[in-house]
Amino acid sequence: MKYELNVNGQARTVDVDADIPLLWILRDVLGMTGTKFGCGMALCGACTVHLDGQPVRSCSTAVAAVGEKAITTIEAIGRTEVGQRVQRAWVAKQVPQCGYCQSGQIMAAAALLSATSSPSDTDIDQAMSGNVCRCGTYGRIREAIKVAARDTTTKGG
Amino acid sequence: MRNITASIATLLLFAGVASQGLAQGSGARNADRTASAEAFKKIAEVLRHPRCQNCHTVTEFPRQGDDRHRHHQMVVRGPSGRGTSAMLCSNCHQEKNSPDGLIPGAHNWHLAPLSMAWEQHKTDKALCESLKDRSLNGDKNVAALVHHMHTDPLVLWAWEPGTRKPPHISKEEFQALLKRWEKTGGACPTN
Repeated sequence: MKYELNVNGQARTVDVDADIPLLWILRDVLGMTGTKFGCGMALCGACTVHLDGQPVRSCSTAVAAVGEKAITTIEAIGRTEVGQRVQRAWVAKQVPQCGYCQSGQIMAAAALLSATSSPSDTDIDQAMSGNVCRCGTYGRIREAIKVAARDTTTKGG
Repeated sequence: MRNITASIATLLLFAGVASQGLAQGSGARNADRTASAEAFKKIAEVLRHPRCQNCHTVTEFPRQGDDRHRHHQMVVRGPSGRGTSAMLCSNCHQEKNSPDGLIPGAHNWHLAPLSMAWEQHKTDKALCESLKDRSLNGDKNVAALVHHMHTDPLVLWAWEPGTRKPPHISKEEFQALLKRWEKTGGACPTN
């Protein structure tokens, strides 16, 4: 069945079964491998993308459930102001080790900062608790989120 | 004199009939109340089932599983029972169960408000009274409660819970119990 998807602002048509997870549409059909498979069960957050700005687990979101919602992936989060701040902070704080979870971490952090401009430690704990990191970069993630929150470089630009 | 006697006799006759009617009415009402309370005790078995009670928590988080452990990944209630910022319920819980049945889904997935918490009620009486309390239940009378439990997608999900166990009372029997409870006055058990 054909589905018209809005992926990072572009209309993309895919001809797939209805229950195929969005993750595999992005990676296998559209060749966008920035979003990662971690568990396939919505437990790790590596597959996080945004639908209409809200984070979802693409491994557990059937393509038929997407509808007309705008999909934003790690490939395009840097086009947003908050995404740019997160990416700058991630580099400044040298957050990634192996990097595998970091697409999901960045997508979750961007959603947090869009909703809460100056998150407390509790806000960060609760928002980021669904994104796991085997390398244990949690301390740097927390610091980078705070740096991104304070970053005023592109505000108003 | 004869008229007075006849009047008294008539009065006594009516009093007897009225008294018998009152007794019969009282008996019928007691029978209704008993039937109502018995129906609610069965309804409570569903309300206390994990598929229902895991979201009618008194905590700042939902529960999971038949053992009702705290929902993994430190999911929290949030300001409106829908999670918080980057960890909303809808991150994972879609409009229907995931295709493999592992992740529950239904329209408008969220926690019941704290005022509708049930897990702290130790008796069916307390559960019933809380359920019926219009200051706690969104101002629902018995009819509205019954309607809610017939039609709300989150309630109905309990019988289509993917890989999880549904309540041991079928949906059809549950709805019949609700109707019986309503029809017999929506009374609460005495314990």
